[in-house]
Amino acid sequence: MSKIKVNEEIQEVTLPLSLTELIRTNSATPEMVSVQLNGDFIPQEKFPSTGLQDGDEVDLLYFMGGGAR
Amino acid sequence: MIIPQPVLDAMIRQAYDELPNEACGLLTGLDAKVHKHYPLNNLDHSPEHFSFDPKDQFRVLKEARADGLKIIANYHSHPSSPARPSQEDIRLAYDPDTVYIILSLAGKEPAVKAFSIRKGAVTPVEIEIEEG
Repeated sequence: MSKIKVNEEIQEVTLPLSLTELIRTNSATPEMVSVQLNGDFIPQEKFPSTGLQDGDEVDLLYFMGGGAR
Repeated sequence: MIIPQPVLDAMIRQAYDELPNEACGLLTGLDAKVHKHYPLNNLDHSPEHFSFDPKDQFRVLKEARADGLKIIANYHSHPSSPARPSQEDIRLAYDPDTVYIILSLAGKEPAVKAFSIRKGAVTPVEIEIEEG
């Protein structure tokens, strides 16, 4: 097992693992979140092709939007 | 949710300053107590809609961690509708663990209400204003 830090909590994962797969295992979908990997912002279209490595640090933040209409 | 009066005053000022558009921002704190207020850019620049810039969100996250705090709530204004979540607010409320605050300028006096929104279910959250 490899260890990845997600929002400051260690998660044990089996590699290979893409960002998209990690997002789904954290009860979200790629459309819901913005991602930083080791401090770098990752555009949504790169989630499927971004492979994770042991020791990576991932921050997931939910998209925030809405409005009166 | 405990909000210091100066933070609430700043949120209301921001909402008026950004009329006719919706204003938005994040609040950091510990547990249910707000410590800091971050007015953010509304990417939509619209009187009826708002979106955060994700890079702003990450900037706030980084600062919150440096302060030993967490992002505990977000807020936006409704310039001409009540302080309750619209269908759009509910549809886009993806984060089940945060508090959604809506600040209405529709009445004579501003109205501020807070909600938890989980899988489409809206639950009011009590706001306590801390003097100071």
